Amino acid sequence: MYDMEQYYQATSVADAIAALGADPAAMPIAGGTDVLIQTREGRHAGCHLVSLHGLSELSAIREEEDGTLVIGSGCTFSEITNSPLLRPHINMLCQAVDQVGSPQIRNMGTIGGNVCNGVTSADSAPSLMALNAVLEVQGPNGKRLIPIGEWYAGPGKTVRQHDEVLTAVRIARENYEGFGGHYIKYGKREAMEISTLGCAVQVKLSADKRTVEDLRIAFGVAAPTPVRCPKTEAMAVGRTVDEALVKELGQSVLTEINPRDSWRASKAFRLQIAKEICRRAFRQAVAFAGGEIHA
Amino acid sequence: MLKIIHVKVNGKEEELAVDVRECLTDTLRDRLGLTSVKKGCEVGECGACTVLIDGKAVNSCCYLSVWADGHSVLTVEGIKGPNGELSPIQTAFIEEAAVQCGFCTPGLIMTAVEIVGTNKQYNRDELRKLISGHLCRCTGYENILNAMERIVAENLARQQKLN
Amino acid sequence: MAIGQSMLRVDAHDKVTGTAKYTSDLEPRDYLVAKVVHSTIAFGEVKAFHLEEALAVPGVVKILTCFDVPDVPFPTPGHPWSVEKAHQDVADRKLLNRRVRFYGDDIAAIIAEDNVAADRAARLIRVEYEEFEPYVTVDQAMAPGARLVHDEKPNNILVHSGFQVGEMTYDEAVAGEDDLVTVQRTYRTQTVQHCHIEPPTSFAYQEGDKITVISSTQIPHIVRRVIGQATGIPWGNIRVIKPYIGGGFGNKQDVLYEPLNAWLCTQVGGRAVKLDITREETFASTRVRHAIDFHVAGAVRRDGTIVARKCLANSNQGGYASHGHSIVANAINGFKQLYRDEKALECEANTVYTNIAVGGAMRGYGIPQSCFATECLAEDMAHAIGMDPLEFRLKNCMQAGYEDPHTHVQFRSYGLQDAIQKGRELIHWDELRAKYQNQTGPIRRGVGMAIFCYKTGVHPISLETASCRMVLHQDGSVQVQMGATEIGQGADTVFTQMASEVTGISVKKVHISSFQDTDTTPFDTGAYASRQTYVSGMAVKKTGALFKQKILEYAGYALRYPVENLDIRDDQIVDTVTGETLRSVADIAVEAFYSLDRSQHITAEATSHCKVNTFASGCCFAEVEVDIPLGKVKVLNIVNVHDSGTLINPQLAAAQVHGGMSMGLGYALSEQLLFDAKARPLNGNLLDYKLPTAMDTPDLQAAFVEVPDPTGPYGNKALGEPPAIPGAPAIRNAVLHATGVAIDSLPLDPQKLITAFTEAGLIDD
Repeated sequence: MYDMEQYYQATSVADAIAALGADPAAMPIAGGTDVLIQTREGRHAGCHLVSLHGLSELSAIREEEDGTLVIGSGCTFSEITNSPLLRPHINMLCQAVDQVGSPQIRNMGTIGGNVCNGVTSADSAPSLMALNAVLEVQGPNGKRLIPIGEWYAGPGKTVRQHDEVLTAVRIARENYEGFGGHYIKYGKREAMEISTLGCAVQVKLSADKRTVEDLRIAFGVAAPTPVRCPKTEAMAVGRTVDEALVKELGQSVLTEINPRDSWRASKAFRLQIAKEICRRAFRQAVAFAGGEIHA
Repeated sequence: MLKIIHVKVNGKEEELAVDVRECLTDTLRDRLGLTSVKKGCEVGECGACTVLIDGKAVNSCCYLSVWADGHSVLTVEGIKGPNGELSPIQTAFIEEAAVQCGFCTPGLIMTAVEIVGTNKQYNRDELRKLISGHLCRCTGYENILNAMERIVAENLARQQKLN
Repeated sequence: MAIGQSMLRVDAHDKVTGTAKYTSDLEPRDYLVAKVVHSTIAFGEVKAFHLEEALAVPGVVKILTCFDVPDVPFPTPGHPWSVEKAHQDVADRKLLNRRVRFYGDDIAAIIAEDNVAADRAARLIRVEYEEFEPYVTVDQAMAPGARLVHDEKPNNILVHSGFQVGEMTYDEAVAGEDDLVTVQRTYRTQTVQHCHIEPPTSFAYQEGDKITVISSTQIPHIVRRVIGQATGIPWGNIRVIKPYIGGGFGNKQDVLYEPLNAWLCTQVGGRAVKLDITREETFASTRVRHAIDFHVAGAVRRDGTIVARKCLANSNQGGYASHGHSIVANAINGFKQLYRDEKALECEANTVYTNIAVGGAMRGYGIPQSCFATECLAEDMAHAIGMDPLEFRLKNCMQAGYEDPHTHVQFRSYGLQDAIQKGRELIHWDELRAKYQNQTGPIRRGVGMAIFCYKTGVHPISLETASCRMVLHQDGSVQVQMGATEIGQGADTVFTQMASEVTGISVKKVHISSFQDTDTTPFDTGAYASRQTYVSGMAVKKTGALFKQKILEYAGYALRYPVENLDIRDDQIVDTVTGETLRSVADIAVEAFYSLDRSQHITAEATSHCKVNTFASGCCFAEVEVDIPLGKVKVLNIVNVHDSGTLINPQLAAAQVHGGMSMGLGYALSEQLLFDAKARPLNGNLLDYKLPTAMDTPDLQAAFVEVPDPTGPYGNKALGEPPAIPGAPAIRNAVLHATGVAIDSLPLDPQKLITAFTEAGLIDD
């Protein structure tokens, strides 16, 4: 049995917001794959939980008229991976969340939980950063939209207020149309793994597919929060897609990331991996965008 | 903190009073005697507690029992035929020597039920990924994969016959 | 004939249907839960507990501490007891310990109504310690002036031992020739954990004077003895039941928490107490495989002859002795038993107390470590003289007829060189060695190998004894009761085959009792040392012969037939002269049971005291692809070839090999239990400890050379542990072939590889 003092199953998002507002000690739970495990560890022992589990308001995946893709925060990783609506447009994200934990965890864990836990190792984070995702958050005073670049407030911390609920992740058409994207998760084993480092590259090529028109590079576990590499991205725009650029990208991102030394991996090791997977993700993203790397 | 839930377990409607703090593993084992559901880590890392909820494999150790209210749960106890006939999946596990200590076996069989339920063809590497949420220390997965390949093929052959 | 058939497992049906009962599935209706309180320092003394807040938690029944337990030290390893004091295991721990010797030592226990109450109480217990600086490595613990982990062991050395083979020392051998090539290295193996999927859980309850303990153990009879030794309860008042168990791999060849559980039960008036050990506790506080540092040197002539070697092996024991020095002693024996040194071999070993998790038995008992050292050294010697490492091994490996000069264990059958040749063909050795020369670029391939040998059981180092009982049922079927344990390896199935073979009763009519109950099961020391098919198999054979004789004697009486002309074949009593079928065993059984004239319940029981041993051997070949910039090794193809005598059940033998190969892969590439400077385990859970998943495991190829062993009951010899032995060095040697970089410690994890490849100049900017 889990050591919890209070448990409340919300009947709607508004109900959840009210329940969170009424109890300063309450915390939301959705898929449970983080919160319950941390409760067992003792980190949240005696917790007060407000459950968002199964709320139909949070479970839809849809496309708005302007082409914005909207993913309900309660969607599980496997629902996202298998979504016929998402795969043609943002396959990078579909594949990224298909590398979370294990198949069972992916049937349970939600994108909302992955975003709200605020950790730098979240497998969805680099792709969402590269896709310029916008997070739709609902609180007692209504909804607000937060670009993912402004979401993270520190390791494991986000700007979500205590009585707010993340309701959806939004990705505008301009951020996926015409792009090729690829995410590489580097772990010590091939499954059941927490990311040692993750890199998402989203690239748009010129009409002749020879030069970079737009580039986004995002990393997980390369800094206390997921990060983009704006200087490297800017440097690449207009450049010919060739081996020299690939090499330069790998070197350049190292000036923009700051992975830490820990027992899981040393900084020097993470920097080597960052350099290499950035290059490999770029190569694959270029291929997905219809281009090829020239010598 | 007891709560009444209604859940269909192995095809049978159950009305259960569960503690809201209880995980589904404990409810299935302690209240319903379904001891095929094993505890290996209690944190979703080994897969021994895998059951199907509405056809999807989940780790019942990190799934609150109250969430199962209104849903359908399947464990290994529920996959035999009406007269106790083994399912083709169980037969394949036996004949391919995919069982050793047997502690991971019921969970793996439930994932196999989910896989077969998709009626899709999978190659060996795809099957590796599909079973990667189960740790097995005895078999090296070799004979488990042999059994998985066999049941996927057998299922497709059955489907073809039906069509 | 049942031997040599791939009979389906006798327990598979129960296991695929979920009806197989494991310890937790047998819980009594009403039980209390116990939780062990573990130290949060690695080295020191418990000075005081503050229990008030914890005792106030609703649902807490009792808290017992290291100040409450009997002042009786006891041993824990799953060895047969020795009646000679000098050979008895080291008794160096109590049920709960005041002196804390590793992080996670057992210092108190909470008994509560449920786990939430127990967990809450555990968090509220305050402990005052006197804390000492802990020792993580053997070098720290052996340093002059180091504080003693156990006061009675100077320099923290539990045991030092050594031996010499040949007429001279290593140095004399080297000095005697001019043109020798010498290799001097340190090879290090890491701490790993068994990771059986079922944690070591137990129940204890009392009925009258009898304490019953249901436990997930490999060694029920030994558990009974140690419970008695630790608690003072008379051995006959203790009953240990071993149901199906979810793997053991040696961790459950130690008496873990059963004595504590039995004692806790007595402290709550005999109520049932369940003692669950979580996965995290399993990592931190049960047993691990010893990390051993091998400081070695080898001298080789340019024609490939090994002239001399020497080895100093320091084994990290952790805080308590457990199996202790037996493991590293076995490891250095591996040097002697695997290769011939023309002039000299010198080996020494220290088992050193430190403050990390306690080293115990784990599949291979020192030989996976030893094999890493011998096989890296062999490879590096071959490399140094530019010789093909396979030819080098064929030239120097142990040959048929070898007898260890000290233990007198012999190769009673020998298939090592044939195994090497078979592996060579299966992996396409010669072709790949040539093909993968002179590679460039970031992705490179290589092929490597390793060989091993392994004795069968523990004779003559320890007692080898086993018993079996057979009971005839009314339908002519036989109940077979063994003290030997099924732990997943398939023991019950091969015993069934053996019982059928010897009695003439068909396998369908052999019923084997899979649970052991020390009140009723014949004595056997249990599942370890790859002994059961050999040692316990002898007991089946001996008992079966007696049993069959009794049936035939009754049949002779009932049929008025000369017994010497009778035999049992396919459940029938037959005339051996005419071949005629006379009666079914079933008919004879009914008559024997219910005869008004002469009722007899036919049973047989025999002890086999085994006083023989034999080496099994084999090899592993691995083909790898190394992704240099990412530090990743992908095993493309791997094959183990085993010389394990006649296979009783080829399909199960192959399955056993697969599992060992998988364990070898983890040992090679990813598994390591890490400790920080305070000796705290860092990754003791199944997410952070990198057991291979299905996606990390290639197809595994098991092959055999079947040379019947004259000493095995059916030509068989050790197979249980050997598959886990040679994989790690074979992969290390394949990486050397691929990249030219020799990694001298396990595991070959990405960070270590990146560091080594960077130093070797293989990684560009």
